[in-house]
Amino acid sequence: MTDTKQRIRQYLSETIPFEISDDEDLFERAVVDSLFAIQLVAFVEQEFSITAEPTDLDINNFCSVSAMTHFVERKQMKVGSDERHGFRDR
Amino acid sequence: MKYNRVGVVGAGTIGRGVALTLALTGHSVTLVDVTQQILDDAINLMARDLKSAALFDAAIRTMHHDEILGRISASTSFEDLAWSDFVIENVTESWPVKAPIYNLLDELCREECVIAANTSAISICQLARATKREDRVLGIHFMNPVRQKPVVEIIRAEHTSDATIERARELLKQMGKTGILVNDKPGFVSNRILMLTINEAIHVLQDGVAEAQDIDAIFVQCFSHKMGPLATADLIGLDTILHTLEVLHESYQLEKYAACALLQEMVKMGDLGRKSGKGFYNYSFGRKS
Repeated sequence: MTDTKQRIRQYLSETIPFEISDDEDLFERAVVDSLFAIQLVAFVEQEFSITAEPTDLDINNFCSVSAMTHFVERKQMKVGSDERHGFRDR
Repeated sequence: MKYNRVGVVGAGTIGRGVALTLALTGHSVTLVDVTQQILDDAINLMARDLKSAALFDAAIRTMHHDEILGRISASTSFEDLAWSDFVIENVTESWPVKAPIYNLLDELCREECVIAANTSAISICQLARATKREDRVLGIHFMNPVRQKPVVEIIRAEHTSDATIERARELLKQMGKTGILVNDKPGFVSNRILMLTINEAIHVLQDGVAEAQDIDAIFVQCFSHKMGPLATADLIGLDTILHTLEVLHESYQLEKYAACALLQEMVKMGDLGRKSGKGFYNYSFGRKS
């Protein structure tokens, strides 16, 4: 299991009172509501030092452990690529 | 006529919802409340609400959030409402709090400016009488959450003119909403009926007739309501429910509006529903349990 996935699972295990599988849709099962969704966005931003742009705020990026893991890894890859090309200082 | 500059008084839950909906539909909003701290918190909460809305709404996702929030200017000075085309007042449901605001708005706002009271139970006539523009005062009862609820109650007070009703309908149309016109009696239609239902549901719980989830399940499963009365009470806030019942009780002097002892006790204990994390249900995990 990747470190990213581990950290997301850890957070969910502390905030949701039962186990969920990696691909289980948190919102489809009505496990959480929209306020918790925004809590998830804030967690992901802080924990992985990334910024969710308005266009990233798609519930499909935050609906499961796997979705959040892919989202974080994609953002980190983009930040790494931008840094190599010197975009961050512009 | 297109209404561009809209004043919003009161930065509580409904005031924030009204301000954000106006900004999302292209209006310049002046949001007024009494302290800078309340306004700073309101701006942060509106930014959060916008993010939350974007999660579930692709159209909002592609908008420029800074631009939307930039349309809202927050101020502690009522003078900043002077050039508004329309003012929507959303302050605490209390006559001593609301009355001086109507004096002030009447004094400061342009003559043609319409003042809408967003109240759930106080008589619009009473508020209009605190101004010298009774024909340009009406009630607009927005529902919670404001952005997602497309229909409102429009309340015509004794002296509200037809032109004022039309202007309110026009502004609502610009906000993507429509209204149902009703007459002015405390609680109007929605709260006069809803508050009694909720109060009675709390009595039923207090009397041990059924558990909270079963009371709600009867409304959801038997009547196909989206939510039961107790979950609705948690969403509105139990302090607001108690306050509204008190206003109705005082207005009609009828015992049927007397708040149930369990409701009074829960408010005293700080169990206010979703906003405090506990009401008839627990919300500590971001979900109802």
